[in-house]
Amino acid sequence: MPERYHIKTAATPGRFRRVGKFGSVDWREDCSRCTNCVKVRCLYDTYKKESAHNRDPLTGLQPLYECKGCLSCVQGCTKGLLSIVINPEFLAMGDDYWRPDMLATTWNQSETGRIPVSGAGYRGRFSGPGFDGIWTDMSEIVRPTRDGIHGREYISTTVDIGPKPLRLEFAPDGTMKTAPSSLIEIQMPAILDVPPWSMRMGRELALARLASAKALKTLAVAKPADIEAAPADQWPLAVPLMETADVAGHAELLKKVRMVELVDGPDVLETAGKVRAINPALIVAVRMDVKAGAAARASDLGRQGIKVLHLAADLHGMEKGVEQPRHLKDTLREIHGRFVKDGFRDEITLIAGGGIALAEHMAKAILCGADLVAVGTPLLVALGCRVCGSHEGTCDEPCPAEIKGTEVAYSSQRMINLMGAWHSQMIEVLGAMGIREVRRLRGEVGRAIFMEDIEREAFGDLIRK
Amino acid sequence: MTSFASETRSVADDAAQDRRENEFPDGAVTREVRPAPDRYRNAIGKYKVNRSAACIACGQCARLCPYGVHTKPGGYTFTLRPQDHLCAGPACSGTDHDCVAKCPQKALTVLRNPTFDCMGDPRWTADLILSTWHEAATGHAPAAGLEFRHGDSGGGFDRIHINFPEKPGPRIDPGEIDTGLDLNHRGDGRPQVHIDLPIYGGGMSFGSVSIHTILGKARAATAWNTFTCTGEGGFPDRLKPYDDHVITQVATGLFGVREETIQRVRIVEFKYAQGAKPGLGGHLLGDKNTPAVARMREAVAGNALFSPFPFHSVYSVEDHKKHLDWIKEMNPRALVSVKVSTPTDVDMVAVGSYYAGAHIIHLDGSYGGTGAAPDIAKKNIAMPIEFAIPKVHKFLVAEGIRDAVTLIVSGGLRTPYDVLKAIALGADGVVIGTPEIVALGCVRCACCESGRGCPRGIASTDPELSMLMTLDWATQRLVNLLNAWREQIVDVLSQLGLRSIRELRGRSDLLYYAAEGEVSK
Repeated sequence: MPERYHIKTAATPGRFRRVGKFGSVDWREDCSRCTNCVKVRCLYDTYKKESAHNRDPLTGLQPLYECKGCLSCVQGCTKGLLSIVINPEFLAMGDDYWRPDMLATTWNQSETGRIPVSGAGYRGRFSGPGFDGIWTDMSEIVRPTRDGIHGREYISTTVDIGPKPLRLEFAPDGTMKTAPSSLIEIQMPAILDVPPWSMRMGRELALARLASAKALKTLAVAKPADIEAAPADQWPLAVPLMETADVAGHAELLKKVRMVELVDGPDVLETAGKVRAINPALIVAVRMDVKAGAAARASDLGRQGIKVLHLAADLHGMEKGVEQPRHLKDTLREIHGRFVKDGFRDEITLIAGGGIALAEHMAKAILCGADLVAVGTPLLVALGCRVCGSHEGTCDEPCPAEIKGTEVAYSSQRMINLMGAWHSQMIEVLGAMGIREVRRLRGEVGRAIFMEDIEREAFGDLIRK
Repeated sequence: MTSFASETRSVADDAAQDRRENEFPDGAVTREVRPAPDRYRNAIGKYKVNRSAACIACGQCARLCPYGVHTKPGGYTFTLRPQDHLCAGPACSGTDHDCVAKCPQKALTVLRNPTFDCMGDPRWTADLILSTWHEAATGHAPAAGLEFRHGDSGGGFDRIHINFPEKPGPRIDPGEIDTGLDLNHRGDGRPQVHIDLPIYGGGMSFGSVSIHTILGKARAATAWNTFTCTGEGGFPDRLKPYDDHVITQVATGLFGVREETIQRVRIVEFKYAQGAKPGLGGHLLGDKNTPAVARMREAVAGNALFSPFPFHSVYSVEDHKKHLDWIKEMNPRALVSVKVSTPTDVDMVAVGSYYAGAHIIHLDGSYGGTGAAPDIAKKNIAMPIEFAIPKVHKFLVAEGIRDAVTLIVSGGLRTPYDVLKAIALGADGVVIGTPEIVALGCVRCACCESGRGCPRGIASTDPELSMLMTLDWATQRLVNLLNAWREQIVDVLSQLGLRSIRELRGRSDLLYYAAEGEVSK
């Protein structure tokens, strides 16, 4: 059997204080010290671990929040002295996009590298804005392979970044006019992106991203100076994020990397020319904001030879600077559809970033028309971030998760674990759809169920006139 | 963790347990509602009632409270500890039975119970969990203080409401209302199977839930002349007395499927997919594969067991027909049900199943329960059942075969109101799973799959945990639940002027879809 793509995850307990959902309230004064104590019978040993902490404050605080909320102790206590309450600190985490349960599941995935599995049915709201209004299809009998569960490793999650000419062109004398294609093949449809808000911290985070990209066989976006500080064997996996002014100072770097991202601006085409002059084989991507008129701008850039576009929505996946912003799912569908009409969709690689918070968002963004996604915030959450900086556009000091200065080996393993769990979840979605490779998922809106369409179809006749 | 002797249990121990549990005579199961209070010492209520030391035990509160919160039995000096799970809370405020205001000593306070706020989620609100517990304990809908009709998920059944007539006509006498359903509409010479409720129990395998859960379901199904389903995991011998009310499942792992089990029953169900993990197959974690489970599944104890997806012998409707023919040949009196999930082409799947010879098409929507499933699958893969019902119903009508097949739906139905809405959208009947489990004391903590299984002893095969509830209690809770549901169904049909649940099928004109954010009635 040929060697397949495999992400080596390893259990990596967090070095930050976890905030759990439940805490217990115990009215000890009234305890009768009966021999039937529910605390010793806790199936998860929550009370035992908690009392270990009471005896020795140096014992980790983490177990205090391990209660799973089964309420057996509350209901079983002889004198009814116990209550479970929701931890207000848990509810205060995150923002209206990054809900506390999303932070908790991301922490778990970064710790174990495993796909989250639980009992009982779905627990959330029926549907919601953005990606929560999409369901992916499944197939009753069509399978990616005939091997059932054992065929999952044969589902490909590889995508290519770079210009993809649709045909070869030849001169009358028979020589090939089309430039030889220089695609970068990455093994999962996600690149590791810079944090979406400014962080006052050293370059450990960028180095961790680069180390993770190497293990994950994907790419990491970083500032040129941070890349230059990384080991040279990681440079080919780095994508320097540059403004026009940065080009001249980093010519050596540009010769050694395979791809560069240029921030969109009036002179971006000119800068692209300069970069190509330094390294003709370089793949030049333009990172453009998703804002009013983004589809027209993207189409323009595509027509003028920019073959890789990184569409950056805000960190909630919304259009920037628009009064009534649309979500990435809508803007992606618009841009993808426009490129199809323009006749060059297959030549261009679309990277969707901003608001990609969960594994399902990766699948759904691709369904809406992206080739791959850029993951930013989740990599911070993997290290314990609670997204408290999202409102002000900068981080609170001191950081409750003490991300600053975390060791590169620890941080990168947490990121690898998270991406490993996302990769497994992507395979689940593809497996259920009977799709054998992620490239075929791109723009497959026929294999998705959109809330606005299905609602009209199913309940249109039930709406009161 | 306390030590348990699961590894050292012998076959003889299990056989002895079998004998003990077979002592329940079949005839003992009746529909009679009997109180089956919470099996834990402290019932949980929405409110906490505190009685301070100022109480002089005058008994005024016990005389006033219509819900039984305060009791002072004859001959007792003191009023008993308040039964605060029965309290209706602020609804009493200002009424003639307002215990807080009318206490001469001002010794009573009523506060919201913080533990209540820890329970539930938008789909299964704490109100729904407690009202299901109440229904299972008493056999009737809760009187006050709890929203027992719908959840708070903001969509689907929670936004669909029943159009009660503004000027109600004469109510139909509840005694005349028929909630029964025939399951064979093919006219193919196979026996008719009639159930007295448009509801039967979902598949829960031996392995995923405890034997008391399985037997309790079977006994309640027998009492109410309906069905329960084995799930994929074999047919424990202890289910034999209830053969006529058991559906045996043939699923992709073929665990516990034998000719003998197929021949014992009146309905055989093919499980293609499960709503909570559509297209992914099943996974019984090693911890739950105890020696008894392994024997039933003919597997090695302690190993994780996978049910692959899909059937490796089915890659077309023709292959599917071959499967159905195999079962029909093996058991000439059986009806065949086909359980599928809800892909975008669910309507075509349903028609295909009909032409392959299915008597029952069972659609399982994506928000249904499970013992373990990837979270990504539960939320994102395949459509919720609310969308699939009208899609399939309308397509079957257009194809002219609607009356030749029974459409059963499941996947996230929580209350009798959900059942009524599903039927009005076009289903014949429904399958429920989670409400049964909640009736047995589930709090939906989602720990069914971890370690030794359910901490409340419902979805666990651990020898100690599974003894946390008795079979008698489990049976009575489920009998009560079905009684409470039937009462509510009959009440609504009576208000709508319908004499039979069959008249409701496809009457979507009796429903309306509320605008987003509209306060439900």
